[in-house]
Amino acid sequence: MTVWINEQPRELPVGTRLFAVRDLCKPEADVLIVNGFPATSDQPLRDQDRVVLIRRGERPSAGELEALMAARHTPGVHERVKGASVGIAGAGGLGSAVAVALARIGVGRLIIADFDVVEPSNLNRQQYFVDQIGLPKVEALRDNLARINPYVKVDIFNGRLTPENIPTVFAEARILVEAFDAAAQKAMLVESFRRHFPERPLVAASGLAGYQPSNTVVTRRVGAQLVLVGDGQSAARPGEGLMAPRVGIAAHHQANAVLRLLLGEEPQ
Amino acid sequence: MKIKINGEPRDLSPPLTVAEYLATLGLEVERVAVEHNHRILPRENFAEAQLADGDTLEIIQFVGGG
Repeated sequence: MTVWINEQPRELPVGTRLFAVRDLCKPEADVLIVNGFPATSDQPLRDQDRVVLIRRGERPSAGELEALMAARHTPGVHERVKGASVGIAGAGGLGSAVAVALARIGVGRLIIADFDVVEPSNLNRQQYFVDQIGLPKVEALRDNLARINPYVKVDIFNGRLTPENIPTVFAEARILVEAFDAAAQKAMLVESFRRHFPERPLVAASGLAGYQPSNTVVTRRVGAQLVLVGDGQSAARPGEGLMAPRVGIAAHHQANAVLRLLLGEEPQ
Repeated sequence: MKIKINGEPRDLSPPLTVAEYLATLGLEVERVAVEHNHRILPRENFAEAQLADGDTLEIIQFVGGG
């Protein structure tokens, strides 16, 4: 039978057990993952099983790393996610968190657009660091994503998105995430993208400020290719600021809607 | 005429354009996106887009924050 060991195929006698494989291939391994799940006890292996052997705390070689990261994904999911190209319009509280989530699950390509630089007031919710204040957000985010998952291709556009440049910047995005701050910009983006790419899904957000209950943030499909996340009401204004928990909830609704769309599931 | 608006059936009197209907709701045009019969309706066409019996309208109102 063939068993995949750290993503390399290996012929083994039928009935070979997990601990025997460890002893054979990597006796110092103390984390054993079989088909995406950590194994705590010895078990017989079957043809086409995927086994990952890790020594806790060890930094794997570049070649092994991607396989080890992918090992945590449900088999079959990784291939589909890796082939995806997702656009993110805006790299603030929503966009930076969506980008981190999609990079962690190994989305193959992200196209991220923003015109702003990192400011101290962003750090209460956005995925940047103090030492990145003053840097263009798209550059800072690209650097952070590379530290999280270097196997994601990140393309950046450092500038304002307009009805004229949206079709060009996101020409290769099969799904777009609307992650702007200003209401009129959100409407402009939805109108422009839907107009040029009516067959491509768009995941937008509206209503995520403040500290109202988490469960008022919902995902719903409002059109054939239009998904809307948020409570629809809570605008950012004096007395109702934007904060990491609820913006993060909305961002992860968006990221999960993207993942579900990539896997052919209904987003809501 | 019967129009489905954001999933809810409504009975409206013709003639009525999308711009006129949005005005009755008091919505700020620059903060909405409108899908008319499942296609995005560019805002420069709101004033000339006539509603007709059996139409569907999705009006997405955006609020700020992100």
